[in-house]
Amino acid sequence: MKHLLSIDDLSVDAIAEIFETAADMHDVQRREVKKLPALRGRTVINMFFEDSTRTRSSFEIAGKWLSADVINISAKGSSASKGESLRDTVLTVCAMGVDGLVIRHPASGAAHQVSQWVDAVVVNAGDGMHEHPTQALLDAYTLQRRLGSLEGRHVVLVGDLTHSRVFRSNVLCLTKLGARVTVVAPPTLMPSGIGPWSAAAGFETSYDLDAVLPDADAVMMLRVQRERMSGGYFPTAREYTVGYGLTRDRLATLKPDAPICHPGPMNRGLEIAADAADAAQSVVLEQVSSGLAVRMSVLYHLLAGEES
Amino acid sequence: MADPRIVLDSGDVARALTRISHEILERNKGADDLVLLGLHTRGVPLARRIGERIASVEGTAVAVGELDVTMYRDDLRTQPTRRSHKTEIPPGGIDGKVVVLVDDVLFSGRTIRAALDALADLGRPSAVRLAVLVDRGHRELPIRADHVGKNLPSARSERVSVRLAEVDDLDEVTIA
Repeated sequence: MKHLLSIDDLSVDAIAEIFETAADMHDVQRREVKKLPALRGRTVINMFFEDSTRTRSSFEIAGKWLSADVINISAKGSSASKGESLRDTVLTVCAMGVDGLVIRHPASGAAHQVSQWVDAVVVNAGDGMHEHPTQALLDAYTLQRRLGSLEGRHVVLVGDLTHSRVFRSNVLCLTKLGARVTVVAPPTLMPSGIGPWSAAAGFETSYDLDAVLPDADAVMMLRVQRERMSGGYFPTAREYTVGYGLTRDRLATLKPDAPICHPGPMNRGLEIAADAADAAQSVVLEQVSSGLAVRMSVLYHLLAGEES
Repeated sequence: MADPRIVLDSGDVARALTRISHEILERNKGADDLVLLGLHTRGVPLARRIGERIASVEGTAVAVGELDVTMYRDDLRTQPTRRSHKTEIPPGGIDGKVVVLVDDVLFSGRTIRAALDALADLGRPSAVRLAVLVDRGHRELPIRADHVGKNLPSARSERVSVRLAEVDDLDEVTIA
């Protein structure tokens, strides 16, 4: 594995290996000295052309705890805002001798495109509406720690599926690990043409959250992207909550040990009620610490060994 | 290459570990403040066995843990990515303790160099010692073992294999 662009790049064995190392990295977080020398002398650049708090800081800490030199570039305040093309920005940065490039970009396929231009290892940290592979890995890792093997377990994803890269990567990852996946969305936010994909990949779709929820072994709430609210996908926020929010009433129908995931940032009161976000079965903060362990593992696997 | 020759059979391994256990106790004047840390992979069961022997002699349990040095190796960049393992430090930590590192074969000394670096990130032992089942020579660093099961003169090209029941279903050291 040279880059991490899509969950499709990973075999089941490769995912298992990433999770094993992540478990070892998890232990490092509890130490007083949270630093390993594995990536000493390596340079990793985080290029974020979209706003991000947790993913960017998570990648930054992951790289630093492995002793890599980490530099952050965001679109605001970089030459990109002066009109430089993505290719020129990336080639400029790589001319400085960069080993790893973590990239988030609003255009689907950006990370893949960048990987064609440079020698550096490229990690996709979210490309448009396409994929967000490390998010899916950390979600599956978190669920595995809670549920044991995901084989045959029923995971329900709810929310704005049309615009969600988290959903796409998660479905690929969870089905690969043998989970039974149901995705739930209002008809207007169900991606058009999902039928053939769900049939081929073996997951189910539903418009009825109340029917699906009681059977779920885990539920993953996706963020309603407020910037899409004006798109006419649903009449009002209130209406969305009534149909598809994880409200207090719905929380009562969920199995008491079923983990509740949310990739963040949460819109409390919209897709997830405070009661659910702060419930004992919520793993939202665990996802954050798992994310760090998984990203350390990914950077280690991509950057520590001999150059391929 | 010649067929593997057995240099230690299971009885020899057992006797060597018993002797090492007694040496450790003698050197440490008892089992107080002792922490045995096995290095992955086969140092871990060896450390446990030494721990059991010390416990049966002294009548008190001794702290046994495991140490993974993968991230501290100096050859990470020249090999395909290595798998990492679990590091487990006993609840009392290693600060002020006498840490005995336990490994199966001492060869170049580079694994031990990595282990010393790893220890420095975990705490400050009062002393660090090294126990190995086999010392085959060819050191590349100024490192020596305090307790050795068997000194095994070998050619650099020869292959020394340690098998342990916990991992390989039998106890045996061979050279080929």
